[in-house]
Formats: sequence, C-alpha cells, structure tokens
Amino acid sequence: MTAVSEAAAPPAAAGDAVPMVSIRGVGKSFGTNEVLRDIDLTVNKSEVVCLIGPSGSGKSTLLRCVNFLEVYDRGDIRIEGKLVGYTEGTPRRRQSNRELRTLRRNVGMVFQQFNLWPHMTALGNVAEALVQVRGMDKAAAAARARQMLDRVGLAAKADAYPARLSGGQQQRVAIARVIAMEPHLMLFDEPTSALDPELVGEVLQVMRDLAADGMTMVVVTHEMGFAANVADKVAFLDHGRIAAFGTPREVFHESAEPRVRQFLQTYHERNSF
Amino acid sequence: MDSSLIVQYGPALLRGFGVTILCWAAGCAIGLVLGFALMLLRQLPIRPLQALIRAYIEIIRGTPFLIQLFLLYSGGPSIGLRLEATTAGILGLGLYGSAYFAEIFRAGYQSVPKGQVEAALSLGMSYGAILRRVIVPGMLVSTLPAIVNMMAILTKETVVLSIITVPELMYEMQTMAAETFATFETILGMALFYWLLVEVVSRLGRRLEARVTRFLSHSSNARA
Repeated sequence: MTAVSEAAAPPAAAGDAVPMVSIRGVGKSFGTNEVLRDIDLTVNKSEVVCLIGPSGSGKSTLLRCVNFLEVYDRGDIRIEGKLVGYTEGTPRRRQSNRELRTLRRNVGMVFQQFNLWPHMTALGNVAEALVQVRGMDKAAAAARARQMLDRVGLAAKADAYPARLSGGQQQRVAIARVIAMEPHLMLFDEPTSALDPELVGEVLQVMRDLAADGMTMVVVTHEMGFAANVADKVAFLDHGRIAAFGTPREVFHESAEPRVRQFLQTYHERNSF
Repeated sequence: MDSSLIVQYGPALLRGFGVTILCWAAGCAIGLVLGFALMLLRQLPIRPLQALIRAYIEIIRGTPFLIQLFLLYSGGPSIGLRLEATTAGILGLGLYGSAYFAEIFRAGYQSVPKGQVEAALSLGMSYGAILRRVIVPGMLVSTLPAIVNMMAILTKETVVLSIITVPELMYEMQTMAAETFATFETILGMALFYWLLVEVVSRLGRRLEARVTRFLSHSSNARA
C-alpha cells in the first residue's frame, strides 16, 4: 500500500503545471494506412483517462506510442515535459536505447495478454526488473516483490509459476510487477479483454485501488462500467482521431457525436440479453 | 570371436573412443557458440551481413561434411591454413554444427512471444538483460529437443574424421580390421560404441529438458 501511495503522490512543489502526459498533433501511418491522425490529449497527474472506441480505431496504437513501443511519425508526446522517443530540436533524431530506458523506468505497462515470463515464479517476475533495472540486491528485491504481491492479494501465490495461475491472477501479478517499479504513470492495454468474465472483477478492483491511491493511469478498455465510474476523462477514438473527449458524463450521456451514440448502442445491445 | 583381440587392441580402441568424445564435445561447443553468435548477428538490421550469414549456412548445409573436411584439411594449406588433423577435425565439426545450430536458435528466438520482450522493454530492461533473462530461457524450452538431436547426429559425424587420419574410434577400428581381418567384430564393436554414446547424449538431453520445462508441468487447467 505504502509504496504505491509514495509513487503516485505528486511532488509537493512546482511541476504541477506540467502535465503527466502531453500529446500534441501525433500521427502515425502503417504504409498508406493512417492509423493516428492529429491526436491531442493531455493527462494530468493522478488522473485516470480511458481510451474507448471500436477495434481498429487506433487506441492501442496510441497507448503504445506513449512509451514508444510503437514509433509515432508526427507530433510530440511528452511525459513530465520530456519528449518521448526523439531528441529535442530539428531535425529530430531517435533517442538512444539508454535514453529510452531511462524514460520507460517511470512508465509502467499492463498488457492484454499479461506477458509474464513463464520460466519465473510470480515472485521472480515481480523481482526481476528491481534487480536488473533498479540494481537492488536479490534479497531486497524479493522482499519488495512479496509486498507487491500482497498488495494485489497474491502473497500466497509467490512461488507459483504463471502456468499455474488463472488469467486474473496472472494479470494481478503483471500489475504487481509494474507497481514494484514505482512508476509515475501506468498504461493499461485492454487489461481485462483476455479474461473470463468471472475474473474481470478482481483485476478491475486492483485498478480501482490504484486510482484511489492517486496513480496516473491511461486505460484502453471495453469495460464501459469502469470508464464511467473510475475515469476522470474519457476519449472516444474513431478512425485514428479523437472524436469525443470529456468527463464520462459528457461522453456517455451528453455527446451528440453520432459515432459515439452508435458505438454505445452496439455496446448496450451486445451486453443485454 | 577371438578374445585376445580385445587384449591386443583394447587400449587403442579406448584411446580412439576418448578422441571421438573429445572431438565431439569440442566440436559441439564450437558449433553451439558460433551458431548462437551467427543467430544474434543475423538479427542486426545490416543486409549484407544477413546475406553473408545466410550464404554460409546454405553452403554448409548444402554440401557433404566429408567434402568440407577435405577442403579444410587438404585445401587449407593452399591459403596458408595448416592444421593438425585433430584440430582440423574439431574445427570442421564445429563449423558444420554451427550452421545447423544457428538455424535451430533462429527458430527458438522467433518462438519467444513478442509480448514477453515488450514487457521487459517497458520496464526499462536493457537488451543484454532481456536476452539473458527472457529470450535465452524461452529459447531453451523450445529448442532443447532439436539441440540434443543435432548433438546426437554429430556423435556419428565424428566417424568422418577418420578420413583425415584423426586417431578417433573409427580410425582405430579400421586399423584393427585391416590388421586382423576380424571385420565382423570390428563392425559390431563400432555400432555398440556409437550407440552407447548416442544413448548417453539423449538421456542427458531428456533430463535437461525435464529440468528446463519444469515450470510448464502441472499447468493444471487454469484458464485465462
């Protein structure tokens, strides 16, 4: 609990004016296919922003651009004021791997497919980056990893390999692996989409706790209930553009944008029986 | 079967067996290290280098080991490469194995799910750390059966070294057969020796496999 609160607490002085994430005019193409067009988005400290929209709308691509797992072609993405992936000035050059690593240390990512390392136990998964990236000694890393597993309710599974965990448990280990690094920002790429319906709740609960502790989160999701109840802001993407943006209330109930209305209607139809 | 033959030729055969094992082990070591290096170099986005490595692999795999060995041992001196028979044998075996190991490793490298690497990248891990801690352990699981298989094949390829007078088992056996005309015993003995060697290799391999895949066992029926 404590570690997460520490990580999420905004610095007391200064810097509050600098947004956690600032996306300006970002575009990206795969060949002739423009997947992101002129995206502007700001995420302030301790905010939860959900990216929603039909599949293929570019929301996962946008999220992956934020920690440069995906390369964007145009515009700027800044995290705490620092340009992501490129050096300042023109003509811009790609950052070195070392610079990227420094930046990524402060940005955690949770994936749809969990992406745990199958040859390491739950504890090993959480401790790994503490040793490799933070340079902690093994005993200290293991102790901290145990705390983090406890934080997501999995202290009892510390010695289990991922193959023996349910999807919901694997995703909670993946979250513990990220929060152990005390990120300033967490990116979630459809964190519950690969889960059986009965396991979605446990993962969303952990995410709710993180949000309540003040973690800054950008979440690509199809869980409209989570977006409506937890998000501070919702961005609706369609064909690589942000078609609607605002509070959940503004987007879900007050938006006149026809694409949003149609998307939500499809969603409701699918989820009613 | 004449038991005096065993007394007379036993020591030479044992020495030959020792040389066989030495050549095989050293050849495998060179092949594995070089094969891994070739696989890694091939990942670099340098087209000419990739083409060069591909050509090397195709040539090695497309020509008989016997001819490669002749070229190295007999053709070597013409380009100033004068090797002692055993050295040439070990090097030849290593070069031969490296092409196959490089292909096995390449398949293994590609079999590691991209997401596992992305997870490591997103945590700020360096490529070296990702290679050591994520990729190689993952590769080991998918490639170990193929690696062991190739090593078993190489035990038998060592017989070719007798052609360039490496005093390994085949060479000693041929000497014995030529001097005693005990052809049947010789062939039987050879088969036994190589079978024993292959058996030991595959047993060790199975053990190693069980060890590196233990985390996959009891995967229960936990569903996603």
